[in-house]
Parts: sequence; structure tokens; C-alpha cells
Amino acid sequence: MPNPTETPATPPASAPIAHANAPRPAAPLPIDINGKPYFHDGDPAMPLLWFLRDTLRLTGAKYGCGNGQCGACMVLVDGKPVRACTLPMKDAARHAVTTIEGLEGDTLHPVQQAWIEIDAMQCGYCQSGQIIAAADLLKRKPKPSEDDIATIANLCRCGSYPRIRRAIARAAELLQDAKK
Amino acid sequence: MSAPIDRGRRRFIQVSLTAAGALLVAPRLRAAPMPTVPPELLGDDLTAVGPFVRIERDNRIVIGAPACEIGQGVFTDLPMLVAEELDVDWSQVRVVQLPYGYADGDGDGAASVYGAQGVDASGAASQKHLREAGAIARWLLVQAAAQEWKLPAEQLRTQAGDVLAPDGRKLSYGALARTAATIAPPDKAPALKKPDAYAIIGKPTRTADAREIATGHRLYGIDAYAANALVAVIARCPFAGGTLASFDDGKARKVAGVVDVIELPKNADAALPAGVAVLAEHTWAALQGRDALVVEWKPADANAEPESSAALVGRAHTVLDSGEGGIKVRNDGEAEKLRKQPARHRLEARYELPFLAHAMLEPLGALIDLKQDGARLVAPLQDPDGASRLVAKLTGLQRTDIAIELPRGGGSFGRRLDNDYVAEAVVIAKAAGKPIKLMWTREDDLQHDRYRPFGVHALAASLDARNRVASWSHRCAATPLDAKTPNAGLLDASEFPAGHVAHLEQTFFALPTRLPLASGAWLDAFRAFAVESFIDELAVVSKQDALKLRLAMLEDAHAPATTGGVETARLAHVLRECAARIDWATPRSNGHGLGIACHAVAGGCFAHAFEVSVEGRQLQIHRAVCVADIGRVTNPLNAEAQIAGAMLDGISAALYQAITLKDGRVQQHGFQDYPLLRIGASPRATQVQIVESNADPIDPALASASAAPALANAVYAATTVRVRKLPLMAELMRML
Repeated sequence: MPNPTETPATPPASAPIAHANAPRPAAPLPIDINGKPYFHDGDPAMPLLWFLRDTLRLTGAKYGCGNGQCGACMVLVDGKPVRACTLPMKDAARHAVTTIEGLEGDTLHPVQQAWIEIDAMQCGYCQSGQIIAAADLLKRKPKPSEDDIATIANLCRCGSYPRIRRAIARAAELLQDAKK
Repeated sequence: MSAPIDRGRRRFIQVSLTAAGALLVAPRLRAAPMPTVPPELLGDDLTAVGPFVRIERDNRIVIGAPACEIGQGVFTDLPMLVAEELDVDWSQVRVVQLPYGYADGDGDGAASVYGAQGVDASGAASQKHLREAGAIARWLLVQAAAQEWKLPAEQLRTQAGDVLAPDGRKLSYGALARTAATIAPPDKAPALKKPDAYAIIGKPTRTADAREIATGHRLYGIDAYAANALVAVIARCPFAGGTLASFDDGKARKVAGVVDVIELPKNADAALPAGVAVLAEHTWAALQGRDALVVEWKPADANAEPESSAALVGRAHTVLDSGEGGIKVRNDGEAEKLRKQPARHRLEARYELPFLAHAMLEPLGALIDLKQDGARLVAPLQDPDGASRLVAKLTGLQRTDIAIELPRGGGSFGRRLDNDYVAEAVVIAKAAGKPIKLMWTREDDLQHDRYRPFGVHALAASLDARNRVASWSHRCAATPLDAKTPNAGLLDASEFPAGHVAHLEQTFFALPTRLPLASGAWLDAFRAFAVESFIDELAVVSKQDALKLRLAMLEDAHAPATTGGVETARLAHVLRECAARIDWATPRSNGHGLGIACHAVAGGCFAHAFEVSVEGRQLQIHRAVCVADIGRVTNPLNAEAQIAGAMLDGISAALYQAITLKDGRVQQHGFQDYPLLRIGASPRATQVQIVESNADPIDPALASASAAPALANAVYAATTVRVRKLPLMAELMRML
């Protein structure tokens, strides 16, 4: 993983340039997103979610509540699931973030594959967070029990939980197969 | 080039050849600027067409999804209907979202209000319109093959994107596209396929954009950005109908990134809450700016007692006790007289239901760019036709000059049928003179919804010597949606058990409120909770089986042929099937209890059954069953998801949710005080069964109404605690 402090960052073309009067931190905050280095030079209290969405236009992580209740904004920070809506940039800085857009490598992540196969999504708005949560769960618990699945606290308003249960089971199979 | 048909059809169908040689069959739309039509759907000469079907020379098929996808599955289901009649292999098809456009002449939206299965207000008609578009394209391709081969068209058939000749020759649609585009469409729509010929309709079909969703690339309303758009958030008056007293934006304007603060202009064409909008370069600045506002609000009537849920509950019981001021909705036999007379079994019970919020996961929002000669609106819209009219009214622009893009929406549940958020975006953009991306927060959403009405039902019934329901009285005191017909949606004269009991009366009492309210499928849940809980109570008091009591009423020789607008026999059928699937006849032990309920809605029938146990403060739903008759099924995979989702919605609302008023304000601010069901509390095993039905398709998402009473009935069976007030968990914990 590239160290953001050692790699010169190229700001994304879509980044707004209008933060001229924002309170600037002493030094721009370095952050690694999906393996690429970036700097944040705006309000250090700004949650990671708005840096991803408004600055980088990585819109896979969604806003659903703004106070860590729903999980639609879930991303991995150093491999651990985090609600991006409540993580200020000053705390996200110098860490490596994986968003839903960065989850797949050359092929789809098995969890994404299972989600498509089982057709888990209805409106789909929560599903990038659900997929991140499931990927984390399966990394820790390759054969998750009902109680393990119950620890996933991401909200789905459409009620896709029966399909999510099946998709997690299918993803567990795919991950097992991949190890063989 | 275009080949008109007759006057009527010409309004809808246009056949064209694009510059690249692809065949395009499309509804004809008036010349609106549509920069948003996907470029791959447009030939050089087709800037004014919102297409349905495009056939490429290399045999790829592109079908436009004409309605906004908000989780009801129309992005997949509607193109399936087109593809079926076109007779292509679904794997050949790529679906793209069409912008909203409206047909020439009559303002009939090409993209209007669509539920799951493509069901709209006119029922199956929308399905026919879409299927005909596919059938006409197929007809043209067959004619083209007939020309090529010099054979009569009647001898040709189609299969999976090919036209076949009797001698075994075949031509792909792509190879025929150029010729087909030169042929005049038929005078009348070709015959549609018979169900036994279906290759796509009725087959489980996955969400067409599932991959984009799973990889985070599908764009939702909130993902719309425009280079020069300012993000707007609004501080709204917390008192329904209240006004702005004063505000100080000094601190807000000092927040880095805040560009402007404006009082929301009043507009007679859009009844919006009073508000102060903060405009900023990005979302975080807008939110910080709004937090820094100092605003004082005035209630609508400073002299009146501020509204509260406690006062509403009190008023409901007062009017139900006195019986004064009621509207008689139905009065059969001598129900009034029998209400107080002695009977073998007499029962009275009251059921209280709170206000509810829609709480779709993606809060409201809209991106709007107003120009002198046109506008661009990007928002998930459940009623794009209404939005188009509203924007025209607010701006004075011609509807043809208003381009509307329809990104995916993160749920709606009826909330987006109200275009208030579009109106807000327009009035702010007008005042600011800049493109605006309006954003609602979760708190805005719960504080400024159109809520499900609040109400108390008073049920009374007596049973005769043979344990049959002899008289039934249903009195409902609730906040009305409609001043002219106050009982509309809240007490229904056609619904079970009306018609099934000789002596029956229904009386409605209106409890006025300033809180904005919304109609929708949740009104069925409002009514069904009382009726289906009370039937269960009657069974308990008379020591009858709750299933048998229902079936005895539904299948009585004198039972009406229809109940709630649906054949009574269909309702009885789903109830029997549901009982069989939960294994109703087998008594449960270990503190497990079974509950069942059924309900007819909008032409469909649903029955729910649950097996639950309660240990300490934990309610565990071990099994959940829903049996549904939703008419003919377009996409079983989507329908099953919609029915399961509606059931979980019913459970979620019943267990946890209430919007309450205190001091004239809504007290809920987020998912911390308006909880949604989480996966851990959702049923461990869920079974959805869709019964064979030849009825017209209905929206499977209506399947929530009987979930709450079935759950309360199961809780009673497990605990002997009868919950008559929702939300259930709070009441159960109070009573245990």
C-alpha cells in the first residue's frame, strides 16, 4: 500500500476548488482511498463521508442518517468497518480507506458476486454498506452463525434481510470455494 | 424518418432509423430538450425522442426503462414486458433509464406513477402500453424479413431475437433493423402473446442494474452533482402551519463555504413550511451553516393549545365514549340496538395506532438548474408528471422546456408522491439565481413528513348461541386525510367483516390536526390491525380456533361474493394456504405461539402467519409466512422480494415506530428514536408463497397490512398478553 506522505498526490479532476475560505489545517491531511493518496485541506472536522462524496465524487457510500445509526455510509478503514458519516477527517487522516468502489479487484468481490446472484437489492441504497459489513463479517467468521449475522446493525428500509441472509450464506460458499 | 400510423396511435409510437442504422421504436414525445437521453439511444436525427426499444445492427437490444426506480423493481419489470413481446432473449437486453417525457397532446406521462409489476393507477393498462411497443417492433421486423425473403409474413415466426422462415432460414433482428425502419407501423397493435407463450414474463429475473448497485456505481438522487450548483439545506418551522418570527444568520454566514442565507420565499402555488435556506459550496458547510442559524418560530395559532399526542388520545376516547359527532359509514340490520344487548359472548376493545413516518433510507433531495428558457431537474420522482406540472407552474416555463432526469431513488413508500421537495428546490433556485442541490437530512425527513394518520378504533361484537358473530360495531376516531370524506382510508364500508355480519355498524369521528398526512398502503395496515386483532380476540373469548372462525365467516353461504373489492373466495384461499404453511394445526410448545391474519387490498389478497416466542425483553420471530394473490406475476423474483419486504415493513412499524407530538412539535429526530427493524430482530425463517392467479397484476408491495395483527395475535398466543396499542414492543414491555 503506498504511503500517502511519500507519494505526491494528484487532486482528482472533479474536486471542488472553492474551499478558499475554509479553515485550513496546519498542513493538508493525507489519506489513502482505495490505494490512491489524497490530501484534505478543508475543515478537519468534516466527516469522511463528505470528503468521499463531495470532494472525490466517490458516491457509493451513502448518506442515510448522519449519526452512525444506519450504516449506509460504511467503509473499511485499515480493514475495519467504520461509519464514514461520523468519522472526522482529522481522525481518518493517515489511514487507508476502502470504499465499495475499491472492494473489487480484477474480479468482483465474492460478497458482491453473491449479492448479484441472490438479487439481494431492492432500492439498493443501503446495499453498499451491507456488502462492506458482510465482507468484514466473513473475513472474521468464514462460517457465520445466526448470532454472528445478528451483529450486523446496518438498516435496510426495504426489508431485504431474508435475501441478505441468503447472500451472506452464498458468499461464504464462494469464499470457501476460492480457498480450495 | 418516421412513419405515422393512425391519429390515435401516432401520438404514441414513432419508428425511426438512426444514423447508425439501428431501428428505434418509441413513444413520440414533444420536442423537449433532452440532453439526458443516453447518447447510445439517440441517432443524429433523434434529439426529440424518448425511446423504448432500439435494435442495433449487431443484434444488441437496448430497452429504455420509462419509470423511476425507487425500489419497486420497475427498472427491470417494465423492460421485461417490452422484451417479452419483442421476443428476444433477456440476456441480449441492456436496460437504460429514460428521462421523463410527456406524450404530445394530452399530457399523458410516458413516465408516470408506477408500482411494482408496472402497476399504475389504471391497473394493467400501463402493461399493455409497454407490451404493445415491443409487439410493434417485432411486427416490423417480421415484415422486414418477409420483404427480404419474398415470403408472406404469416409464414414467419420469431424466436429469441431471430425471424425464422419455414425452410429453416433465419435472420437476426439486427440484420433486419435497417429494412424494418422503412416500414409503416400497423394500423392497430398486433395481438399480444398468450400467457402460455411467455418466455420472460413470469420468469425470475434479476435486478437489471444489480452489478452497478453492488459496486457502488449506480447513481441515486443524492449522487447528482452539477459543477456550479450550491448545496442547500433548510431550517424549517417545527410547528405545522407555523411562521418564521425572526432569524439571525450572522454566525451562519461566517461558516467557511457558506455562500448565502435566504428566507424561503412564500409561494401560493406550493404550500411549503416556513423556512430559512443555507446555501453553501458543499454539504458539510451547508449543515454547519444551518446549525449556526439562530431562528425563532411562531406556531400557527399562538392562542390555541399546542397539539400533543396525549391530547389526541384523550380526545379520541372522549368522542368514542360520547358517540357524538360521528359520521355513519355503514349501518346494517339493528347493529346499534344490539351493541349493548346481552349476548352469549360480548366483547369490546380499543386499539390505538400512532402517526407513522415513511423514513425511506435516502432522504429527499433534488438538483435543479433554472435558466431563462428551460430547466433541468434531477431527482427520484414517484410522480414525475406532477413534478413537471409543478415546476412549470412555479417558473412559468413550458413543460416541454423542463428536462427531468430520473436517477435511482433510495426508497419512497409513497413519500415521493408529494413533490414538496421539488417545489423547495425551485423556489430557492429562483431566489438564489443559481443551480441548487437541495438536501434533506434524516431529521428533516422525520420532522417534516406526510404522516400516516393517528387513530383509536373501538370494536364491539356479540356472538350467538352457535358462536357466530351476530353483531359488529366498529367506531374509529382518527385524524382525517380528506375534509370532504373524513373516513376515507380510515374506515371502509366494503371491507371484511362488512357484509359478513347481519347487524353491523361503522361510525367515524374526525380528530382534526395540523400535521400533514399521507394516504397509501399503510392505511390498510391502520384498519387491518384493529379488525384482525379483534377477530382473534373473539375467537379466544368463545374458545374457537381463530382460523376456523375467519373461514366460517368468509365461506358462509350468505357471505358476499366480494370483500374489500376482491373475490371473497380468493381471500379465503390465501388464508388456508398460509395456515397450511405455518403448520397451523400443530400446537406449539416451549412458549412458542402462532398468529394469523389476512387482508384484501386493491385487488390483491394477503395472509400472514408468525411463530414467535418472548423471553425476557426479547421477542423472537422464528418463522414468518406470507401467502399472496397478486394476480398475474411479471417477475417472481422481484415480487417475492417486494412481498417479504412489505411484511418486514409491517413488522418494523408494528414493533417500534411512532411519531408523537408534544408542544406542537414532532418529537422524533432520527433512527435513534424512530427505529427500523435490524437483521437480528427480523424473522429467522421467511417464506413467501405467491398463489396461481389469473387476476390483473397488483402491486406486491401492498403486502404489509395483515402483518401487524398476525404478529400481535402470535404474541398473545405465546404470552397471553394482548397488545392493543402500537408500537408493540413498548406496550408489551409495559404489560409483561
